[in-house]
Amino acid sequence: MNLGPLWLSVQLAAITTLILLAIATPVAWWIARTDSGARPVVQALVALPIVLPPTVMGFYLLILLGPAGALGQWWVSLTGNALTFTFTGLVIASLVYSLPFAVQPLVTAFEGVDRRDLEAARTLGATRRDAFFSIALPQSARGYFGAAVLSFAHTLGEFGVVLMVGGNIPGETRVISIAIYDEVESLDYAAAHGLSIVLLVLAFTMLLSMFLLNRRWRTH
Amino acid sequence: MSCSLARPGFGLDVDLALPLRGVAGLFGPSGAGKTTLLRLVAGLERPDAGRLVVAGETWDDPAAGVRLPPELRGVGYVFQEPRLFGHLDVRANLRYGASRRRGRRPEADFDGIVQLLGLEDLLERSPARLSGGEAQRVAIGRALLSAPRLLLMDEPLASLDAARKDEILPFLDRLHADVATPAIYVSHSIEEVCRLCDQLVVLDDGRVVADGDLQEVLLGLDSPELGAEAGAVVVGEVARYDADYELTHVTFGGGELRVPGRHGEPGRSIRLRIRASDVSLGLDLPAQTTILNVLPARIEAIDGASGPSRLVRLAVGDARLLARITRRSIEELGLAVGQAVHAQVKAVAVREP
Repeated sequence: MNLGPLWLSVQLAAITTLILLAIATPVAWWIARTDSGARPVVQALVALPIVLPPTVMGFYLLILLGPAGALGQWWVSLTGNALTFTFTGLVIASLVYSLPFAVQPLVTAFEGVDRRDLEAARTLGATRRDAFFSIALPQSARGYFGAAVLSFAHTLGEFGVVLMVGGNIPGETRVISIAIYDEVESLDYAAAHGLSIVLLVLAFTMLLSMFLLNRRWRTH
Repeated sequence: MSCSLARPGFGLDVDLALPLRGVAGLFGPSGAGKTTLLRLVAGLERPDAGRLVVAGETWDDPAAGVRLPPELRGVGYVFQEPRLFGHLDVRANLRYGASRRRGRRPEADFDGIVQLLGLEDLLERSPARLSGGEAQRVAIGRALLSAPRLLLMDEPLASLDAARKDEILPFLDRLHADVATPAIYVSHSIEEVCRLCDQLVVLDDGRVVADGDLQEVLLGLDSPELGAEAGAVVVGEVARYDADYELTHVTFGGGELRVPGRHGEPGRSIRLRIRASDVSLGLDLPAQTTILNVLPARIEAIDGASGPSRLVRLAVGDARLLARITRRSIEELGLAVGQAVHAQVKAVAVREP
């Protein structure tokens, strides 16, 4: 069994998750704390990937990332390479479609951080930033764990967007879900079975460990 | 300070100068603006107008665009509830402010404060496993260890039951005696204020009604806010303990008072609170009475309030007491300003400094 696509998927999911946690932190903090009227708009935008068909998202991303698109053009002028049908393009697409899975758990966690604790921290000499890193962040550890697991798992399993933006280039964009589709198309069910079962076990293990840890956190 | 602030349904308009030493009590009914005023000093609320100057340093001046953020003010704030950080143990909570001191403020004595507040055995515990009283003591320690220039205490006993209050009050007494940091202490309990404070500010409906030296403010006859709690505080010295009758003799500017129970060694300074409703007056020295303390006094003032009773201010030696007397008794005895009377003191509350 060729595990190359699995390795590529894991790399894509890991990189995407790391970048997402960094991006989602300020977004989620803003959503959790703001009284601004723009809050529902931002919330709806962030949640869009949950309800949009992957093909719709993939279509727009293809246009945006393509050599004629705004982002793609800028990237070409910067690096000389296109974004579509590349690993980098896949990472950018993954950031978009997995965003809600990182933001939502963090919003929930940040909403649970007591404003009064932050006030106490300020009177004890902590700047806003310091109070965030020393109080809000550690108190949201559970939210970060949830966000990481969900983003990783969701990125690992995405198919439609990846197919539209990345295509099927071995070692570059041929991730596990694409490989499985490919094997089925060519009627190689044995290979499809092998990869599918790996993905199934992986996804189940990740979710199980998340819920187990959640339970432990709750009892402590 | 001279600050005003408007919120929906509430306004605060305060013009106040407080000495940066001792403990200033901020007293008033709920909703008077005590907490808001304290939060304003801490920088947790922004004034709409006015100026807040502490030790020559401008902390707030919206007109000039000056606003010092809370973390640069160097205040220690003890909230009504402990607000300990749940993800840190007691030691790390105590250290939180200590490691964030700014400027040249010297480090506070960790072991000394831990000992003062009796926290030695709690250091490794998680805040979730503290009782209400323990948690509040840790909160006080955390504020002190940030080496504040000014300590702000917002009814630190309000969320505790009577037993827990009695557990913490002795620590606050020691704080008052041992820690030189000036403090503002918010309370709606006149008992606490009389016990802990040197200065007193009476706040009502967002305005200062009275302010000044604790003893003087308490003797003012025009503070209806004190109501049934009106009374005087006198500072005396323990003279001796009468073991036979279990009475402590205390001398003060107006003579000697006998107080039930044992209160410290001879020579110690002691603070007594005598409620106006516990003082009655007689023209002659009563021949036989169950009242232990009868002091010669002179009527200094009688308030002009309507209602069944009047507040009478008495000069007892060089001390002052208040007595609440019915209007009927005043007329029957023909009491008037300048008259010599005998004050009978029924009960005395004690605080050992």
